[in-house]
Amino acid sequence: MKKSNIIMLIAALLPLGLFLFPLWRITLEAPQYPIPLAMNIHINDFSDVHPHDIKNINLMNHYVGMKYIPEAIPEFKIFPAGIIITTFIGLIIAFKGNYKWFLYWFVLMVLLSSAGMYDFYIWEHDYGHNLDPKAIMKFTNPDGTVMGFQPPLFGSKDILNFRAHSYPRLGALFLGLGIAMSLFAYFVGKKHYKNS
Amino acid sequence: MKNILKLTLTILSALVALTSCNNSGKSDSRSGALAGNVAEKVYVAPGEHDEFYAFISGGFSGQLSVYGLPSGRLFKVIPVFSQDAEKAYGYNEETKPMLNTSHGFVPWDDSHHPDISQTGGEIDGRWIFINGNNTPRIAKIDLSTFETTEIIEVPNSAGNHSSSFVTENTEYVVAGTRFSVPVPQKDMPISEYKGNFKGALSFISVDPEHGHMDIKFQLIMPGFDYDLSHPGRGKSHGWFFFTTYNSEEASTLLEVNASQNDKDFIAAVNWKKIEEYVNNGGGTMVPANYAHNIYDEDTHTATSTMKKEVLTVNPLDVPGAVYFLPTPKSPHGCDVDPTGEYIVGNGKLSANLTVHSFTKMLDAIENKKFAGDAYGIPILNFEDVLAGSVEQPGLGPLHTEFDGKGNAYTTFFISSEVVKWKLGTWEVVDRQPCYYSVGHLMIPGGNSQKPWGKYVVAMNKITKDRYLPTGPEVTQSAQLYDISGDKMELLLDFPTIGEPHYAAGCPADLIKPRSKKIFKLEDNKHPFAAKSEADTKVVRDGKTVHIYMTMIRSHFSPDNIEGIKVGDKVYFHVTNLEQDYDVPHGVSMIGANTSELLIMPGQTETFLWEPKQEGVWPFYCTDFCSALHQEMQGYVRVSPTNANTPLKWSLGEDIE
Ligand SMILES: [Cu+2]
Repeated sequence: MKKSNIIMLIAALLPLGLFLFPLWRITLEAPQYPIPLAMNIHINDFSDVHPHDIKNINLMNHYVGMKYIPEAIPEFKIFPAGIIITTFIGLIIAFKGNYKWFLYWFVLMVLLSSAGMYDFYIWEHDYGHNLDPKAIMKFTNPDGTVMGFQPPLFGSKDILNFRAHSYPRLGALFLGLGIAMSLFAYFVGKKHYKNS
Repeated sequence: MKNILKLTLTILSALVALTSCNNSGKSDSRSGALAGNVAEKVYVAPGEHDEFYAFISGGFSGQLSVYGLPSGRLFKVIPVFSQDAEKAYGYNEETKPMLNTSHGFVPWDDSHHPDISQTGGEIDGRWIFINGNNTPRIAKIDLSTFETTEIIEVPNSAGNHSSSFVTENTEYVVAGTRFSVPVPQKDMPISEYKGNFKGALSFISVDPEHGHMDIKFQLIMPGFDYDLSHPGRGKSHGWFFFTTYNSEEASTLLEVNASQNDKDFIAAVNWKKIEEYVNNGGGTMVPANYAHNIYDEDTHTATSTMKKEVLTVNPLDVPGAVYFLPTPKSPHGCDVDPTGEYIVGNGKLSANLTVHSFTKMLDAIENKKFAGDAYGIPILNFEDVLAGSVEQPGLGPLHTEFDGKGNAYTTFFISSEVVKWKLGTWEVVDRQPCYYSVGHLMIPGGNSQKPWGKYVVAMNKITKDRYLPTGPEVTQSAQLYDISGDKMELLLDFPTIGEPHYAAGCPADLIKPRSKKIFKLEDNKHPFAAKSEADTKVVRDGKTVHIYMTMIRSHFSPDNIEGIKVGDKVYFHVTNLEQDYDVPHGVSMIGANTSELLIMPGQTETFLWEPKQEGVWPFYCTDFCSALHQEMQGYVRVSPTNANTPLKWSLGEDIE
């Protein structure tokens, strides 16, 4: 097997790490939570970082009329299927395809990941803006519009008395490495092709 | 003779008072320039934690208080033997059984000597035990929740003072009677005390897994007063030592009549020998009546069981198990050093401190060097067991603790000071005044083979000018000394709850990581728990009504209840649905003859309300829990006894 194909093989397998490790984490810091509240987002699940974190996030968020974080979302079925399919395609490419296919797989993965991120953003936006009209507390922005409580897509942001952090976790690293390696496999394969 | 003694004591106290004035003068001048330095030594910056936990008995408050060292900050008062409206202990239906005794519901006691459980002679931080002195009881407090989880009453006992000290693997907690009484109790002339009254020394076994207590045996001793006790440790593990006074067996005017003998005794009890005797079927089971109360953390509920018999042992039936060591004069404290070799008997009326040697004691027993016997129990010769004495260290020695570095620290009540002396050479090394009239003192781990000899806490009976006046009664207090150097240094005064008798301490790291933050809702096995709002309901059973209620930020469910009638017995079973650290909610009902309930996350508690007037009556959350705490409230409609208002309950909708 060619060196580039071996790299592509690893690249195709790496995203499976999403089934072992969380993809993303949202953390909420405030003085009254010396241990911050945090939730992990997995490919197929939300989970507490410390016991009962999600329950406590829900309890706190209900003051401003935010919905409870659902037990499950449709994405929890779509994303795992997507990853299994793309891994399968990646494996076929690694065994059968030439280096050009590595690049196609790379593009496919970048597109799918971007779509995933966009979907995540939509979800976050809805969660942070679609508030109960009977909310106990209502806040407006300086310009008079209703304040939203959307956590950042990536990075840190102040929301009322909380500082919210949103960062990728190990699962995302596996996905990112897999994508990057497919590009690397493409260049290795291209170089090999030109030399031979 | 007595008058001369009194006179001498008075003169001596006056002299000592003068010298202590000098001492305090000196320490004042020292602290003037270095005051900042001293303050730094007790300063625990905001957000930082103390190095040690100190558990200081609450004396006549019946409770146990938790302080941090070196800051002296009060963290909690743990209710043990007394009802506590703040925590509903002894008021709610779940903890009422904890205060049940053979005398009925006794919601008060006099708590004296806390002692932390040990493993291999070292403090393990699992449980702390404390005695109820007045209605003899021993309580166990679980240090993961800081809640009293078990109380056992001690029959045939009165004035449960020489307790609750634990052996080095927590095999036993001991409960020795201060007052001898007829055993079993009966109607008889008090003047026939001598020879007829008995002193029970109870050995209470502790289950190594759950800590459950059980009276393994009671040693029925001659009718002296058994004052304090300490387990042997290291080489003397397997023995227990009890100081006695009133070996005269007087029953009236004891201040005179019990101070006649030049020497009283330390009773040395080989409990391993008696345990073996008992395990082989020895001892006599006798009728008794005593309560054993256990709090179950899963059901959040205590149960009280009356026990009907107890195993007694006559010391004469186990030869070689009990000896008397003559000790001058009315010894109070009985303290064993970390090596287990030295047994210090602090004779309250003695000018010197008497220290016995365990090795010499064994040797004297081996060679049968007896000076006689008391009711058949061999008395050893004073000289044969004496390791040495500290000559004229102060006035009125009470208690001794050890720093694990070969030094002992003894409190002197009359001369009001802590005196540091060396084991083996018996020389006084240092002394520091107390403010005032010090009783016990405590070094963290002091009652173990591994003391943390960094601080000593002295517990004072009187404070007079030390604090802002608050009427005729001034707080009792503790004083913290740094003992890490050659000289002791007074760092801090801090007030205490009730009269502090004794204390136990240990490094915070032994307890802090195991501290429970919430009760898991899924583990709640309370028979009346409602684990979600869907489970809430109101059930009538004749004139009894059970309300299965929940609480969460910031509402009760249900919050509107109708169909309650005058004369009903209404039980509010309230479950806190929160699962977040330090988010309890409270609840109270107008006219309820009980305290509010303060319910921890995941816990269920119950209070009884017997409405006596018709109307619509509010209940509300008593603990400021959230931004909408003031809105956390509800109503109960009470109809006349003969009304037929249907039973209804709701949340978030109008009932009608
Ligand atoms: Cu509340």
